[in-house]
Amino acid sequence: MTALVLLDHEEGQIRKAALSAVTAAAQLGDVHVLVAGDASIAQAAAAVPGVAKVLHAADARYAHELAEPLAALIVSLAGQYDHIVAAAGATGKNVLPRAAALLDVQPIPDVIRIVDAETFVRPIYAGNALATVKSSDAKKVLTVRNAAFDAAASTGGNAPIEAVDAVDAPAVSKFETVQLSDSERPDLETARVVVSGGRGMQSEEKFHTLDPLADALGAAIGASRAAVDSGFVPNEYQVGQTGKIVAPELYMAFGISGAIQHLAGMKDSRVIVAINKDPEAPIFQVADYGMEADLFEVVPQLVEELKK
Amino acid sequence: MKILVPVKRVVDYNIKPRVKADGSGVDTTGVKMSMNPFDEIAVEEAVRLREKGAASEVVVVSVGVQKAQDTLRTAMAMGADRAILVLSEESPEPLAVAKVLRKLVEKEEPGLVILGKQAIDDDMNATGQMLAGLLGWGQGTFASKVEIADGHARVSREIDGGTEEVSLTLPAIITADLRLNEPRYASLPNIMKAKKKPLETIEAAELGVDMKPRLSVVSVAEPSERKAGIKVGSVGELVEKLRNEAKVI
Ligand SMILES: Cc1cc2nc3c(=O)[nH]c(=O)nc-3n(C[C@H](O)[C@H](O)[C@H](O)COP(=O)(O)OP(=O)(O)OC[C@H]3O[C@@H](n4cnc5c(N)ncnc54)[C@H](O)[C@@H]3O)c2cc1C
Ligand SMILES: Nc1ncnc2c1ncn2[C@@H]1O[C@H](COP(=O)(O)O)[C@@H](O)[C@H]1O
Repeated sequence: MTALVLLDHEEGQIRKAALSAVTAAAQLGDVHVLVAGDASIAQAAAAVPGVAKVLHAADARYAHELAEPLAALIVSLAGQYDHIVAAAGATGKNVLPRAAALLDVQPIPDVIRIVDAETFVRPIYAGNALATVKSSDAKKVLTVRNAAFDAAASTGGNAPIEAVDAVDAPAVSKFETVQLSDSERPDLETARVVVSGGRGMQSEEKFHTLDPLADALGAAIGASRAAVDSGFVPNEYQVGQTGKIVAPELYMAFGISGAIQHLAGMKDSRVIVAINKDPEAPIFQVADYGMEADLFEVVPQLVEELKK
Repeated sequence: MKILVPVKRVVDYNIKPRVKADGSGVDTTGVKMSMNPFDEIAVEEAVRLREKGAASEVVVVSVGVQKAQDTLRTAMAMGADRAILVLSEESPEPLAVAKVLRKLVEKEEPGLVILGKQAIDDDMNATGQMLAGLLGWGQGTFASKVEIADGHARVSREIDGGTEEVSLTLPAIITADLRLNEPRYASLPNIMKAKKKPLETIEAAELGVDMKPRLSVVSVAEPSERKAGIKVGSVGELVEKLRNEAKVI
């Protein structure tokens, strides 16, 4: 059996989450990857161990991974594949269901475990239940959670690169602009340590209280929906049912109450620390180490203590 | 221009769902049900577009059991003009829902379909994209801003690294993310008015759509519960534990 993995990218780099999708697909059989974009990305893909072939779509219409042309391309290639896989990020979730509909397949999103070639485990109800589902479709179309599969290495492989031609698709969408947050910090989804702030951070300015701590820990910064909605940080910081799903070694929550929608995005972290001044905050029910205190007093002390 | 808004009746977002003892699914008997929160945002957006004059009519549709009428009435109390209930089993799969919606789109000919980005029960995040595929229309998913002008929709989309803007030729599909707007509460007079708005009921079978699920549920289980750990009294103690006990720093 062979799986086709849509390898999504950002700013000329393969997204790390996509490398987890390669690991997941390898459990299903041989792995071919599809790169829609620059030749340099196709070359990087060829170096990923475990990849047997890189399909490279260089046509400009694919450069921004728009769903309409890309889904049509995947459908044109689907014939030889049993599984079509992508990381459960914004690109995979945008493109794969469209391709699945064109293939008359019911997609299986957010897979966290592969039982066998047709049986998969996925969270439902914001992770409050885990469903094991078996697909009767001829092809399986799935997105996988990167937190559940280790990322494949990025060097050591040497797969052949094959060019694929563009295929016709309705020209109904056009890329206009993109605004990416330029952060020097590690990628939120794959960071080893995540420092997150909630409504308790009070303002955009005060949210920066967390910066020295994140610097000291080499951490990514995350946030609750309330912090994003209040404009303290941009949307891509959101952790939770409808934001990013993270499972770092260490997750530190400051001024976050612990609503189920937030827990859905971080409760698989190895160690959880919660700082909250409300002793009843539900976040304490999942925290390995909780501290009832004012975060604005705790954070500077933490930074000092870490220097010791 | 007409706008079609599919709305789903789901377990209320404030309720912590419980898995049935026999592992066959999540228990919904006697549980409070509400409109999927993302669909409230979709309805709000459609109603605002009509209020601004960019649309002439807002039609809401739900595919599900008879009780989904309540959800449709709520949508009409928020300002939708009329409703269609397509009777089927509870919680049909996105592929089946997309096929039903395609039939309704062919009949109603809307200029825009606004869905929620994701139903908070199955967390599929698929129906809008699938409908767009079946119709060959453009799709603006995870929308945080929508502008309609000159036969196009300009959509800001929340993506992993930030925000992207795309322009779609109408008719098109949009799926609403949380920050698109803040849905209004239905006022009591509007709830009363909504009771008189037209609600048409159709059997899914009448549309000639195969509703048979492609995924069979082998089992549904509770995730392993995390246990509350300890409370620490000082920052020094916390750092000591993280260094020597948890060994994460
Ligand atoms: C459909 C849907 C999807 C959602 N998706 C998400 C999601 O993906 N992610 C998400 O996070 N939320 C999501 N939510 C929202 C979620 O329900 C909560 O509203 C949100 O997580 C609350 O954020 P918060 O904990 O920062 O704010 P609050 O609940 O207001 O909590 C703030 C906390 O800060 C504490 N605090 C205040 N000041 C201090 C201080 N000085 N020191 C220490 N502690 C302090 C308070 O005691 C309180 O516990 C979703 C909701 C819905 C309906
Ligand atoms: N049974 C249904 N009836 C009406 N709309 C639905 C139904 N299922 C899904 N939808 C729409 O599709 C969106 C995404 O749902 P899903 O793909 O299941 O996560 C929802 O927010 C609704 O707008």
